[in-house]
Amino acid sequence: MDDQLYTITVFTENQVGLLNQISIIFTRRCLNIESMTVSACSIHGVHKFTITCRSNRTMMEHVVKQIERRIDVLRAFLHTDDELVYQEVALYKVPTNRLLQEGHLEGIIRRNGARVLEITDEYTIFEKTGHKSETERLFEELKEFGIRQFVRSGRVAVTKNKTEFVDLFLKEQQARKQRVESKSE
Amino acid sequence: MSEKITGAEALIRALIDEGVDTVFGYPGGSIMPVYDKLYDYTDRLHHHLARHEQGAIHAAQGYARASHRTGVVIATSGPGATNLVTGISDAMMDSTPLVVITGQVATGFLGKDAFQETDVIGVTLPITKWAVQIRRPEDVAPAVARAFYIASSGRPGPVVLDFAKDAQTSLTDYCFEPCKFIRSYDPDPIIDEAKVAEAASLINSAQRPMILSGHGVMLSHAEKELVELAEKAHIPVACTMLGLSSIPTAHPLYKGMLGMHGNIGPNVNTNRADLIVAVGMRFDDRVTGDVKKYAPNAKIVHIDIDASEFDKTVRTDTHIHGDAKKVLLALIPQVNPAIRHEWAASFDRHNAAERELVIKREIEPDSPTGPMLMGEVVSKVSEAFGHKAITVTDVGQNQMFGVRYSGFTETDSCITSGGLGTMGFGLPAAIGAKIGAPKRQVVLYVGDGGLQMTLQELGMIMEYNVGVKIVLLNNNFLGNVRQWQYLFFNGRYSATPMLNPDFVAVAAAYGIKGEDVADRTELAGAISRMAAHDGAYLLNVNIDPTDMVFPMTPGGAGVDEILLNEKDHYIPKD
Ligand SMILES: Cc1ncc(C[n+]2csc(CCOP(=O)(O)OP(=O)(O)O)c2C)c(N)n1
Ligand SMILES: [Mg+2]
Repeated sequence: MDDQLYTITVFTENQVGLLNQISIIFTRRCLNIESMTVSACSIHGVHKFTITCRSNRTMMEHVVKQIERRIDVLRAFLHTDDELVYQEVALYKVPTNRLLQEGHLEGIIRRNGARVLEITDEYTIFEKTGHKSETERLFEELKEFGIRQFVRSGRVAVTKNKTEFVDLFLKEQQARKQRVESKSE
Repeated sequence: MSEKITGAEALIRALIDEGVDTVFGYPGGSIMPVYDKLYDYTDRLHHHLARHEQGAIHAAQGYARASHRTGVVIATSGPGATNLVTGISDAMMDSTPLVVITGQVATGFLGKDAFQETDVIGVTLPITKWAVQIRRPEDVAPAVARAFYIASSGRPGPVVLDFAKDAQTSLTDYCFEPCKFIRSYDPDPIIDEAKVAEAASLINSAQRPMILSGHGVMLSHAEKELVELAEKAHIPVACTMLGLSSIPTAHPLYKGMLGMHGNIGPNVNTNRADLIVAVGMRFDDRVTGDVKKYAPNAKIVHIDIDASEFDKTVRTDTHIHGDAKKVLLALIPQVNPAIRHEWAASFDRHNAAERELVIKREIEPDSPTGPMLMGEVVSKVSEAFGHKAITVTDVGQNQMFGVRYSGFTETDSCITSGGLGTMGFGLPAAIGAKIGAPKRQVVLYVGDGGLQMTLQELGMIMEYNVGVKIVLLNNNFLGNVRQWQYLFFNGRYSATPMLNPDFVAVAAAYGIKGEDVADRTELAGAISRMAAHDGAYLLNVNIDPTDMVFPMTPGGAGVDEILLNEKDHYIPKD
């Protein structure tokens, strides 16, 4: 099948148990979530889940509908990479002595646009923000010095759309609320 | 400010404010404060004590489906709650509105494996429309209002309120306000006019359209509109099992049931149709058979309130998201009157063949004596009640015969466990249905296996004087499994024969009248005695265990690959 990496963004009410509600929809279909990031979003009281998952479009479209079906979910969207601006952050902990001995430090930082967060006699910590391929490239370069720890965050993403669909949705709901209330008076 | 009341009393008052007068349940430690308050409200809130929590929830399901109200179940924490899981899952699958209230240990004990603590929210989350824990008494009234709104609106379903014990006992002000709006949930979406127009033009240009009518038609009370659409554009109608009785069986455009044990006309013609208009149904695999072979010549219009059903198993050409009744009302003026005699008659020809090749041997057996066949029993019972009764079934052969051979003159009169196929559903569901629709006759078709899964609920019949007619189609076998063993497992009857008790004596022990029907010669008399009896009755009918449900499209086959008996396939004459 045409498996590829998809990004699903989910906007929810800020309530306990939502992570579970969303993740079981993936578990039921044996889908492996590659990354998940949860945070507040630009709208007060609304939470945003950014989930990446490798599968085919039909499956992902269905998952999105099933997520949206949950009562406390406002909207869920399916994206491919070209519709998004996205980033990940990676941290690398590398022994300092070999880095200094071989005098590579400046080159590594320049080539990768990496930052050094801390240097001690023992270790040096790099930070690299970018796409997965970029953080992976730095990983490959640092390998020869012996990476002691490595961690990469989940993807965070914003859409390139001109329309902010969640804002629009909330406006529509406000109008619906007025309709419902006027009907019951 | 009014006087403060406990969370438990707030629950009772909120139920009453929601218009509830009937609940089903079973008490226990963590829900005792609620039961204690219930004691003060027995004049307004009639509690029916089941003999097992599973019985309580299936009764609430039957009640909800017969009364068009939300069923309410109350149980204690731990085992009380876990005993409800089958019913919750069943209600989720079959879109039945339920509010399920479970006791929970006090908040200070949560997560500590306290006595009778189960993570009820965790267990039920995947099988509920919504589930929430109530931890403070002031949250009771809003949670109840929200629960009823969610359970009963849109595509209905079960909601769980897990009620911590300290929230039951501590005090709160009480103020009830019904819930009418949740911003993240739109149960009544605005109908897309463009899609309606698109659907209308597909209907207007179709030569061989058919309507598939599902449970959603009845959930949205669109039975009248369904018939109006069918009549105006002269479109044959077939029902899913849960859609049965959405159109009277005698209506000339009603062409039968879809699916594995459905009628030949609609199944064969599904693959000949050039347009399928599916209303409030979800293309379950029991309806579609192998989807790759499903409706290859048809465009598909899908009307449903649940957007996640679109394109789930079958690719649609147009789908209309909305309440079935509203969509049909918008659609009807845009469809052109049409006459399609030849197409409609083709259903009748296949169905006449089915009558000849399958039904006749079931309802007019050769021998005047001996054990009976399920088809003849069901059709005679249905007739004895003028096809006006509510048919309730359990699961198994009894279910397939029950739904196939019942007639329906009244809409929304068939209660059966479709999506989950829950054995043990029948008896308590029939009890709930009778309580929910006391003026109607309720007939249960049940097998010897399924009856024994919730047999204890005869106690409810005894205690609350519930006049259900129980037709026990007793083949001393787990017949449905036996049929598969016969057809697909070389007749190796592993764990399907059953040594059964004297069911009439069991019923008698509960004060329920009954009789054995051992021989065909006794059947007609026994049925009229049952029909004439005022109150509950059990007919223990001696069924030929070799009786099998046909026609049948075996798993993995297309809907038009139909077995008429163990070896012959249906071969259409045209
Ligand atoms: C709770 C549950 N367990 C098992 C099954 C599988 N099952 C389906 S039909 C059937 C046999 C039913 O036997 P009986 O109730 O006697 O009905 P019959 O088919 O003989 O009419 C079984 C075991 C089920 N549907 N539900
Ligand atoms: Mg049986």
